[in-house]
Amino acid sequence: MPISKETVEHVAHLARMELSPKELEKLSRQLQDILGFIDKLKKLNVDSVKPASHILPISNVLREDKPQDSLPREKVFQNAPGREGNFFAVPRVIE
Amino acid sequence: MELNSLTAHELIAKVKGKETASQGIIESLKRKITAADSKVKAYVRVSDSLNLQPITYNLSPVLNGIPISIKDNICTEGYNTECCSRILSGFKPPYDATVIKKLKASGANILPFKTNMDEFAFGSSTENSCFGPTCNPWDLGRVPGGSSGGSAAAVASDEAIWALGSDTGGSIRQPASFCGVVGLKPTYGRVSRYGLIAFASSLDQIGPLTKDVEDCALLMNIIAGFDPSDSTSVNLPVPDYLDTLGKDIKGIKIGIPKEYFVEGMDKEVKNVIEEAILKLKSLGALCKEVTLPHTEYAVPVYYIVATAEASSNLARFDGVQYGFRAKGENLIDMYYKTRGQGFGEEAKRRIILGTFTLSHGYYDAYYLRALKVRTLIKEDFEKVFKDCDCIITPTSPTAAFKIGEKVEDPLKMYLSDIYTISANLAGIPAISIPCGFTKNNLPVGLQILAGHFNEEALFKTAHAYEQATTWHKMKPEI
Repeated sequence: MPISKETVEHVAHLARMELSPKELEKLSRQLQDILGFIDKLKKLNVDSVKPASHILPISNVLREDKPQDSLPREKVFQNAPGREGNFFAVPRVIE
Repeated sequence: MELNSLTAHELIAKVKGKETASQGIIESLKRKITAADSKVKAYVRVSDSLNLQPITYNLSPVLNGIPISIKDNICTEGYNTECCSRILSGFKPPYDATVIKKLKASGANILPFKTNMDEFAFGSSTENSCFGPTCNPWDLGRVPGGSSGGSAAAVASDEAIWALGSDTGGSIRQPASFCGVVGLKPTYGRVSRYGLIAFASSLDQIGPLTKDVEDCALLMNIIAGFDPSDSTSVNLPVPDYLDTLGKDIKGIKIGIPKEYFVEGMDKEVKNVIEEAILKLKSLGALCKEVTLPHTEYAVPVYYIVATAEASSNLARFDGVQYGFRAKGENLIDMYYKTRGQGFGEEAKRRIILGTFTLSHGYYDAYYLRALKVRTLIKEDFEKVFKDCDCIITPTSPTAAFKIGEKVEDPLKMYLSDIYTISANLAGIPAISIPCGFTKNNLPVGLQILAGHFNEEALFKTAHAYEQATTWHKMKPEI
């Protein structure tokens, strides 16, 4: 299916990722090729097939509701590009 | 004989027999890395001083300080772990991955600098690393395979005793095949993913890259097992994989899938694999043709499922809590620029593809459909394993290709995963072992697959073949 640059731009916005005009152009082309190849899946009849959401028959893996040690605060902030007290500092959210 | 050229099991015996101490092994490894790594580039961020301290642990001295090399996507507390991506530049994990904890408890010496990889494990050649490609020790103009290319190359060149890699679509097995070493992808859920920086959560597994099958079994004994920190890890006891070695394989039933041996297959690879099959028959294996009818759909299913999961897993890299942060006028601008500047080309391609197939209007046609075909692929294997102990295939359609040969054609690159991908989709274990060379002296890998949690069948078959041949003793001149 044809993938327009507008579609790729929209998807890039959903992914919160900036693309240069050159990247936009290249990706639209490549996406089209890849999706063309992937389209062979349409040949199959999968009406009565269950989706493989889990490859192993395990589900509802929970633990006991008992408090446990978690990562100490200083370790959490160890790699922070911006910090104010016990907050991750970021550029302003709203104008 | 230089200590760095030995296997872990040989070194353990030497240390136990007081013929050498772990310090001697570390010095030998340092010398090799200094001599060879400027050519091979298996490692990233190699510190000038190569400051490796021998460690003494009070717990289980199974490994006696034997060094191990780790792929750049496995978290090691205090040692940079960057997935060979700009977006994680400078990241020092505040915790150890479970496999690292287990290795330390067994007395392993974790190398502080990591092995090279395709950024976020996106690739089959290690050319997508932000640090540049690793070169195949058998021919420096060729790729080592990917994404665990650094680990495979280091083991092949004796710059590592053994290594850990990760495998989502073949990223341990294909580089093992290209570099002439042993590489295993365990059953999904056999080894904890806690501390593995996630690519595709339903496909990823950590696994060993080693010089021989015995080392692979030894390493699996250490890293396998249930982990409450990984909700997808399975609570089944870990057998002693060393018990599977040295057994005879008379009467073992091996399936050879017809879909993997098609017209147009590389003739040299075909010949080497056919020789290997003859060897297995001479050891008493019973080989028969089987069918995996949905083989041709594996690559398209993978490139929907894996990229969808990747787009979700990579959403966390936004410059807020760790890694690279670009200057932005406001928060959303900061996200756009951080991710736009921090991710490499292949990462962006997969994020866009994954986001697209999950987006409104396309989810049913692509992602849901892919999940259904995934069930069909899994069922293909279940049918075959009803009356086969294992399946044999080539690991890769070709031997190592030239650096730069496939980078401009992503689809061509994706198709090189054609033999390895199905095992990840079905969750089954698979091993690649060296089984010969092409005319220009490039290694060829034999892949063995087995049913869920049947790594024993893999080790038994692989070891029997290995001990009846000498491929594992051959080393590149580097």
